[in-house]
Formats: sequence, C-alpha cells, structure tokens
Amino acid sequence: MTTILPVSSILLVTGFGLALIGLCCILLHRHLLRIIIGFSLFGTGLHIVIVATGYVTGGTAPIIDRALGPAEPGRAIDPVPSALVVTAIVIGFAVTAVMLAYAVRLHSARKTFDIGAFTESKW
Amino acid sequence: MIYRASVLFAVALLGLIFLRLAGGYAERSALRPLAEHYVSQAPLELGVSNIVTGILIAYRGFDTLGEVAVLFMVAASVGLLLRKEEAGRKYTEEGRRKPAGEIVTTGTQVLLPVILTFGAYVIVNGHLSAGGGFQGGAIVASGVMLLLLADPGTRVNAAALSVIESLAGVSYVAIGILGLVLAGGFLDPRFLPPGEAGAFISAGAIPVVSALLGIKVGAELSVIIDRFGR
Repeated sequence: MTTILPVSSILLVTGFGLALIGLCCILLHRHLLRIIIGFSLFGTGLHIVIVATGYVTGGTAPIIDRALGPAEPGRAIDPVPSALVVTAIVIGFAVTAVMLAYAVRLHSARKTFDIGAFTESKW
Repeated sequence: MIYRASVLFAVALLGLIFLRLAGGYAERSALRPLAEHYVSQAPLELGVSNIVTGILIAYRGFDTLGEVAVLFMVAASVGLLLRKEEAGRKYTEEGRRKPAGEIVTTGTQVLLPVILTFGAYVIVNGHLSAGGGFQGGAIVASGVMLLLLADPGTRVNAAALSVIESLAGVSYVAIGILGLVLAGGFLDPRFLPPGEAGAFISAGAIPVVSALLGIKVGAELSVIIDRFGR
C-alpha cells in the first residue's frame, strides 16, 4: 500500500495534535469534567505517538499467523511500544477513575463543578 | 485575557516542540535489536503466536503484576472516595433511579450475553491473536456498564466480585512462584509444555495467566463502574 505520507508521520501528527487539544482543554476550561476529558485526550494522543514510533515500513501486526510466517520476523512492527501502551492505557484508565472520584467528592462538597469555587486550596 | 493569551502561547511553544519532533522523525525500516529478538524468539521460546501477549505476560510479567496491583489500589481508593455518598443517598435516590427506555433495556437483554461471550473469547485467545486479559476484561466491564445504564437499580455484588478478584490475584502470584520453582524464574510460563504453536492449548501457562488477568481486570473494572453508578 502506497501513501503519499508515511503512516507513522500521519500518526505522529494526529497524536501530537490530540495532545495539544487536550492541553488546551486542561488549561482553558473551568469545568472539572472538561479538564478530566482534557487529561484523557492528552494521554490518548501520547499513546498514539508511542505506537507510531513502533511502526516499521510495510510491517504487519506482530502475530504469527497466515500474514506473518515464523521465518520472517523482519516484516513485523515493533511489539515493545504496543505492549508498553497496553500498560499505559490501563494506568490512564486508573488515573481517570481517581480524578472522576475526586470530582464527585468536590461536587458533593460545593454542588458545583466550577474549578473557580475551589481556589482556597490553590497554594 | 492575559491568562488565555499565555496559555495559547505555552501551547504554541509545545506545539513547536512537537512539530520539530514529528518533522525530524524518520520511519524505521527495520526492527530494533530488542524487538528483533522478541519477534524471532518468542514463538520458539514460549510457543506464543501473539508477540505482544508474550511480552506482556512472560518477558514483562512482573510489570503486569504491578499494573494489576495499581488497578486494585484504584478500585480500593475509588471505594474510599465515594463511600461517604451513602449518607446523601436519600435524595439522589429519586433523581437517579429512573430505568432507561425500552430500546436500551431490550438492547441490553440482547447484547449483554454477546458482549460477555466476546469478552471471554478475547481473554482466552490472547496468545493466538489480538487480545488478552486486559482487553477482554475491559469488554466484560463494558457489558456491566451497559447493564447499569439500562437499569441503574441493578446491584452488582461487589463483595463476591472482590473475593473472585482476590482469588485471581493470589492464583496469579502462585503461578509466578510455580514458574520460579519449576522453570527459569518468577512468572516464567514455561513450566507447562509449550505445545504446538497456534493450537488453543499451547504457550505454556500464558493462557492460564491471561484468563486470570481477564477475570481480575473484569471484576476490578466492574467494581469501579458500580461504585460510580451508586
């Protein structure tokens, strides 16, 4: 399959773009849930970047089957970033769960999700 | 206004760094030596077809154990953070306990068995094709989430899930110690015969560990989702 741009460049730009959108979301929004969505976007973008660095030109998934015989390891993509990203996704889920739990607690304390209502614990 | 401008300036600077990184990146045309070793040796050493599962469960098994421990701690801490809600539950009772509409309820009845079966399939096929314990566990937990969406009054038996999850965790560590005694080291899955690559029963203890991971992750995520649903 020939594309004008290399696959990993497309993925890198997408991932970095998502990370930037997430950072904007974290810094510009006042609503706690939107800030948490920003963190998720930031993490997802970086996951895409990590997976993209494992791509090898013309490679296929590192699964030994009909598409990839055991005698031709050179045609597989790098499995290490994929394995690391599985770990990172699970940890990202865990962090999101804890953030949401804190958001629920803050909301039950002040009845608002506006981060401006919690300035007394700023410093 | 100054805040917005400075935020946009900082994001633009970071974007510049990202642009330089993406622009200077040259796509690899060959595997790194470590990856080369994993891809060529994992099917021979472990008998596993899916290299990513081989790395996750065998080569980096200790890391996966730590990750499961992180999930366990998160389930515990979310429970701790949301526990005080019990007192204020009286008035949320009427607000939240509306069951979902006809379509969601019927759809759940049709889809839930399919989702759970697919989750089990993904869990036990982790050593053969794309999948594994974490992915399958997440699918199972998404089924539980659908159940809670359809009928918010559903009570997940969190105590039983905790027992199941703890048993799975203990068995995981026990398998690790078996690997230490019978094979090369902690969490070495080669104490069971590797079998024929590509067969369902193959790859030593990797399918067992994968199934335990799936049970543990599915139970943990279900408990977390249930705690948010209350």
